[in-house]
Amino acid sequence: MTTQAAVSAHEADHSGPNYIAVFIYLAILTAIELGVYSMGLPQIPKVGLLVALAWAKAVLVAMYFMHLAMERRALAIIAITPVLLVTFLCFMLLPDLTSRMWTRFDHRIEVRNPADMGASPVAPPAVRVPQH
Amino acid sequence: MSEAAAVETPEHGAAQADQLEPSLTPGNLGKLGMWIFLAGDAMTFGAGIAAYGALRINNPNWPTPADYLGITTTAVMTFILICSSVTMVESLDGVQHGNQSKFRMFMALTVLGGLAFLGMQAFEWHHLIAEKGMSIRRDLFDATFFILTGFHGCHVFGGVVYNSVLLIRGMMGKIPQAKAGLVEIAGLYWHFVDLVWILIFTFVYLI
Repeated sequence: MTTQAAVSAHEADHSGPNYIAVFIYLAILTAIELGVYSMGLPQIPKVGLLVALAWAKAVLVAMYFMHLAMERRALAIIAITPVLLVTFLCFMLLPDLTSRMWTRFDHRIEVRNPADMGASPVAPPAVRVPQH
Repeated sequence: MSEAAAVETPEHGAAQADQLEPSLTPGNLGKLGMWIFLAGDAMTFGAGIAAYGALRINNPNWPTPADYLGITTTAVMTFILICSSVTMVESLDGVQHGNQSKFRMFMALTVLGGLAFLGMQAFEWHHLIAEKGMSIRRDLFDATFFILTGFHGCHVFGGVVYNSVLLIRGMMGKIPQAKAGLVEIAGLYWHFVDLVWILIFTFVYLI
């Protein structure tokens, strides 16, 4: 309620949010992200901080550039639904992550182009000669 | 007595409007439609990013993105996209207040921002494919990278076309103040593209 009142008061002054201020916040958050990225932190705090900063920027864009802060609540519910569903989807993937490690294989798989090796692009199937 | 009534009226009025306002009116149908489309689109991006995360967590040999991807170029691309979001809201502000020249100028800047982003992405892809040997068929790191950034690039391209159509119609004088809603709806799409890039930049490039 307080937020709505603040937004209404702000709207009365400027007929909309202060977009330049939002832009400055976004630029500062991007600079902080690059700072965190180059600080050489351990992986877990680095990932945590970067994800939090990214979500902060995303929320700023949605609330002020996409006007969710000033819109009716139904639109916010539409906007939040995919976020909740994707979070749920991530949890649905968890059993796959812990029990089936089928994706564990070496990073680089060399794919050779047959044309480079001097062979015909479609190699004939190997003929199996019966041994007598 | 009359003063008290005058003080109370705006609150009552707002509460009543909140209760009585129909959920769907011709005025907000387009905006509602765009929001529903964006929710579906967010699910697609969300599924892509979730799949990327699952594949990456499962693979102990996943390379460090910075070894292959240029962070500086991408940081500039992020900044350009954020700037184009600002020009989009300024363009909307122009058309909402009947300032057609402001609307056209900022819409042109938004289109330019989108084109600059696409140009830089084309440059980045060319560098990665031609010089670093990356390919969508090589491995999961490359495949997820090209699918996520490519799908987003298609959205930027769509947004540039969408905004260009509005710019051309605006220059023909076909988007008066009364049709500012059209620009607002296009703005929703454009800001969503910006929002998704913010997440992709973090998940694919920085982490």
